[in-house]
Amino acid sequence: MSISHAPPGSSEPDISAKSGPVTSDSATGDAERAAPDLEPIVPSSTRRTRVPRWVRRTSGPLLLLALWQLLSATGVLTADILASPGRIADVGTDLIADGSLGDAMATSLQRVALGLLFGTVIGTGLALVSGLFRVGEDLVDAPVQMLRTVPFVGLIPLFIIWFGIGEAPKVAIITLGVTFPLYLNVYAGIRGVDAQLIEAGESLGLSRWGLVRHVVLPGALPGAMTGLRYSLGIAWLALVFAEQINADSGIGFLMVQARDFLRTDVIVVCLIVYAFLGLLADFVVRTLERLLLQWRPTFTGR
Amino acid sequence: MATDVHRTVTSPAVRVEGLTRSFDGRAVIDNLQLDVRPGEFVALLGRSGCGKSTLLRILAGLDRDIAGTVLVPRRKAVAFQAPRLMPWKKVWRNVLLGLPGKPGREVAEQALTEVGLSHRSDAWPKTLSGGEAQRASLARALVREPDLLLLDEPFGALDALTRIKAQRLVGELWQRRGCAVLLVTHDVEEAVLLADRVLVMDEGVIAYETTVDLDRPRDITDPRFAELRAELLARLGVDTAAEAA
Repeated sequence: MSISHAPPGSSEPDISAKSGPVTSDSATGDAERAAPDLEPIVPSSTRRTRVPRWVRRTSGPLLLLALWQLLSATGVLTADILASPGRIADVGTDLIADGSLGDAMATSLQRVALGLLFGTVIGTGLALVSGLFRVGEDLVDAPVQMLRTVPFVGLIPLFIIWFGIGEAPKVAIITLGVTFPLYLNVYAGIRGVDAQLIEAGESLGLSRWGLVRHVVLPGALPGAMTGLRYSLGIAWLALVFAEQINADSGIGFLMVQARDFLRTDVIVVCLIVYAFLGLLADFVVRTLERLLLQWRPTFTGR
Repeated sequence: MATDVHRTVTSPAVRVEGLTRSFDGRAVIDNLQLDVRPGEFVALLGRSGCGKSTLLRILAGLDRDIAGTVLVPRRKAVAFQAPRLMPWKKVWRNVLLGLPGKPGREVAEQALTEVGLSHRSDAWPKTLSGGEAQRASLARALVREPDLLLLDEPFGALDALTRIKAQRLVGELWQRRGCAVLLVTHDVEEAVLLADRVLVMDEGVIAYETTVDLDRPRDITDPRFAELRAELLARLGVDTAAEAA
């Protein structure tokens, strides 16, 4: 035992025996204990290859694209099934150049914008009525919860009978899809506002309307933003459904037309446009969140 | 007495007579009497669940399911244990929240300067430390120029060092403003340090009260201070002899 080898003059053998091997200078001169072999702890950055992360992340999709082009070029993948990436790029440029893609996008965007506008107004309005007033909750919440379970796409035939085949049924279907997620999230947001803050607002002398404006609505904003996100996703989905059933303009119409002529290249271009518009919508919501929710303690985005 | 420096008006700042508040048939406050003079600093002690916070909420007008007479000044303000700042409003907007008219930012700045927080006026509440948030909450109460300031364990959530500073700040603000203060607390030392009069609440009534005739600023090492503290602790059911052992 190392304790027995402690220097006889030491008044604290326990401490010297313990600290001796640990401290590097080993002032107690404990020769029995051999110095341990040291091995370096290498910083993790030096062990990895120096390929930047974004290169590694983009190489996967690029490889897939190259494989696709290769299969198309060798004739394994015929144009009837799926056009080659090069061909799709050409067609995309043509469609943009002759203005048909621009026109279709404008039409589709207008439908989504109108549907979003109506859906937001209706969904938020209903949520305010049932969130702020108990009478409103009793009257509004149950019917909305029932209607919510009906798949809105199933209503397309009914909407065509009601609204004809113009813009109205398409906007209506998007409106319907947008309304419910907004309603649910704004309602939950209002009801989730901290009761302590409401009480603090009361003690500060806020009127009923002042409480709504300064406490309840800002408190419901995070929920509203979540609802808006869901709504935007559903708006694009509803657009695709609405436009593929008897449309004479818009991206969906372009796709239906391409299907009749077996133009897989045009179809893929349209799909890419849908994806692009979806990304754009997401970007808009993110920007809104960054501007409106910067007060939130949980918000960490930058 | 310290209150003599303030206004001496005959009508009280708070008058409570025969106040009863029941929860499900059980009276938490039972025929309670209380008068607070204008400019008086009253501390209200009591074990948890004795009804002291309920009394404060009633005086603040937040709980109106009551029987009895309660008279309070129109201008009153509350600071809660949690600062309860609106997280979506910058500090200065929080201070002005609920004020009548459209007061300018300088009004908030002035109140924030008074609590030593003018440099954080433009900050989001999430970036404040616990002590800073509590001072912002105090500024929000003071900007209303209250005749009655209700403090519901405002130092309870602060660390020991911050608490000492906050207690001093409240003492200074009270001496400057001259408003009546009702401080609900469970800290006997804090009560004796700050108050003109200490009340002990038990079983829904004021079970004991004592005036604190010590000169300000008070010295906690003063034997009379220790004596008062021991007496109050005994009233609260804490055996000080056992504590000292």
